[in-house]
Amino acid sequence: MLDIKNLHVEIDGKKILNGLTLSVKAGEVAAIMGPNGSGKSTLSYVIAGKEDYTVTEGEILLNGVNILEMEAHERAAAGLFLAFQYPLEIPGVATMTFLKATMNAQRKARGEAELTPGDFMKAVRGAAATLGINPDMLKRPLNVGFSGGEKKRMEILQMTLLDPKFCILDETDSGLDIDALRIVAEGVNALRGQGRGMLVITHYQRLLDHIVPDTVHVMARGQIVKSGGPEIALELEKNGYAEYLSDAA
Amino acid sequence: MPAPVIQMRTPAETALIERFEREKSSLPGAKDARAAAFARFEKAGLPGRRVESYHYTDIRNLMRSVAPEVPVEGELIHSQHVGVEGIPVVTFANGRLQSASGMIGAAKLEQLDAALLAGAAELGTALGAANDAIVDINTAFASKGAFISVPAGEKASLHLAFVDHHDSAFAVHSRVVVSVGAGAEVLLYESHEGPDNLPYQANKVVELLISEGAKVQHIRLNISGNKALALSTLAASLGADAELMSLGFTSGAETSRHQVFITYAGENAKLDLRGTTMIRGRQHADTTLVVDHAVPHGESRELFKTVVDGEAQGVFQGKIIVRPHAQKTDGQMASNALLLSDEAGMSNKPELEIFADDVVCAHGATCGALDENQLFYLMARGLPRADAEALLVEAFLDEALDAVTHEGLREALAERVHVWLSARKVA
Ligand SMILES: Nc1ncnc2c1ncn2[C@@H]1O[C@H](COP(=O)(O)OP(=O)(O)OP(=O)(O)O)[C@@H](O)[C@H]1O
Ligand SMILES: [Mg+2]
Repeated sequence: MLDIKNLHVEIDGKKILNGLTLSVKAGEVAAIMGPNGSGKSTLSYVIAGKEDYTVTEGEILLNGVNILEMEAHERAAAGLFLAFQYPLEIPGVATMTFLKATMNAQRKARGEAELTPGDFMKAVRGAAATLGINPDMLKRPLNVGFSGGEKKRMEILQMTLLDPKFCILDETDSGLDIDALRIVAEGVNALRGQGRGMLVITHYQRLLDHIVPDTVHVMARGQIVKSGGPEIALELEKNGYAEYLSDAA
Repeated sequence: MPAPVIQMRTPAETALIERFEREKSSLPGAKDARAAAFARFEKAGLPGRRVESYHYTDIRNLMRSVAPEVPVEGELIHSQHVGVEGIPVVTFANGRLQSASGMIGAAKLEQLDAALLAGAAELGTALGAANDAIVDINTAFASKGAFISVPAGEKASLHLAFVDHHDSAFAVHSRVVVSVGAGAEVLLYESHEGPDNLPYQANKVVELLISEGAKVQHIRLNISGNKALALSTLAASLGADAELMSLGFTSGAETSRHQVFITYAGENAKLDLRGTTMIRGRQHADTTLVVDHAVPHGESRELFKTVVDGEAQGVFQGKIIVRPHAQKTDGQMASNALLLSDEAGMSNKPELEIFADDVVCAHGATCGALDENQLFYLMARGLPRADAEALLVEAFLDEALDAVTHEGLREALAERVHVWLSARKVA
């Protein structure tokens, strides 16, 4: 499904990813853990198509297609979804307007007809209710003045509605209270399977208690330095990253 | 004593002077006002860049020659997309009111020349201390347009559809004087359209005399032809407790200048001035306002939004004057510009002239590009760049359009924004 091969990325002349290689199969949930500044968000942005970065080497294949040539919106239409670590506030754009625009844009790119207002409302109301999102929030400008946790729920709402093939969740658990963590995790778990791949970036084992990953990868200094099963997360919880950092030094 | 610097008269200036001499005896009424306005013009000439308030829009240079004013054969009809359901429309063909005098709902409509001759209307009453060369030229020649009056306590809405048309270069002068009685509520919507690819000059003035406690919403849509030099002025005087919201919406004309002169004539009046301008190509759009707080307890809000694409140039000049006795004035002015291309330009010149000590006044001007992080967020959700930009531009302008309370009219303006943005996507 997602194959990242020997990825080298820099920004403003600074190297951030140094030959990162990672594969996530269809239906697989892969977790990435790693110290602050190791390049996790950078990786997620590069996969999603942010233009500030320069890929100097390597490739990213989604179902065998090199997506590095595609613009961000084309990658989205191809089924890629990034739940942002820091969702952007968009003043003046009502959340509903935004949801409708994005859902229809992706449908259009896939050659499907626009949603009828009725179908749209039904989909949004249903998903919002499941995620415990107050419908009044959907009338407000997107993410403006939303609490940290509300923004994260909104990301999962979008993910649910856009029905992507591959999801990247960048620290979706940060900022969530205990109940919200459970609700969001349930939302993610509901999307699990059906051939959907997921890359879950997190710092904490507690998210992985709810979303149990198939594989866990440790990222340090812009590379994957260790891969294995869920036991790795427990190990990190106990010992921290010292081992991986000193290796490099 | 050094000799005064005398500028050579331009052909346009000479033509205007000759025309006035020729026509003055047959111009309808308002003799003194015309003579005074003409004398000022004759002395100062067309305003060029040496005149501070015309620094960015050099009319002397832009108006090389004066095109003739021409009558319209038959009737002109406004285009469908400026019409708004529920707002009764009267049409002005090259400035001349096409309908006979009469009532439109509670509003009484008269031909300008008849009203001036009868002494029912005067010229310049809403101007207060404002002194402006473009208005002077309009005053000197004003003969086409209308005098509209709404009696005290009545409600009226009216669409003044200006349609300009001719097959070679031409000029249009028009003047509309609106008198709003005490406590009346008026929606006044002007639309201005004209032919593309034809140079024409417009000088259109609206005077609004708003009596005590009256409420007026005024919306001006400028979708003039793409080679037009469109000069326009709104002069309004606000009686005690009066409320005025005026929005200027500009996407037309090659060069436009919309001037707003507000005078507070009574206390506790409220003003909400708005502007939305969208220009591209080599368009130039100037919005110039002078808000004169001449009495205490006035409130004013100004919110101007300018979207500039291509090599277009936007200008905003906003001056708030607070006279020595105008204590407790509360004025807040903001001009925000969005530059959609590297060659787009914006000149922002907000000014406060405050002569009273117990006032709250502030102004802010911003100018910048769209936020790349916001754009990426929208694109990552599947919106192509042009659509993502359009969504952000619409949101940017919406804040100013929000003040239009007539739903159909607000939607019509939103549709104009949409059309402008769609053309951008195709280009
Ligand atoms: N625009 C930029 N210019 C220079 N350095 C940058 C830029 N953006 C990111 N970096 C650097 O790249 C490195 C990786 O950042 P990134 O946000 O990917 O880390 P992360 O692993 O997501 O960290 P965290 O766990 O704190 O979220 C950091 O050292 C960061 O300072
Ligand atoms: Mg990060």
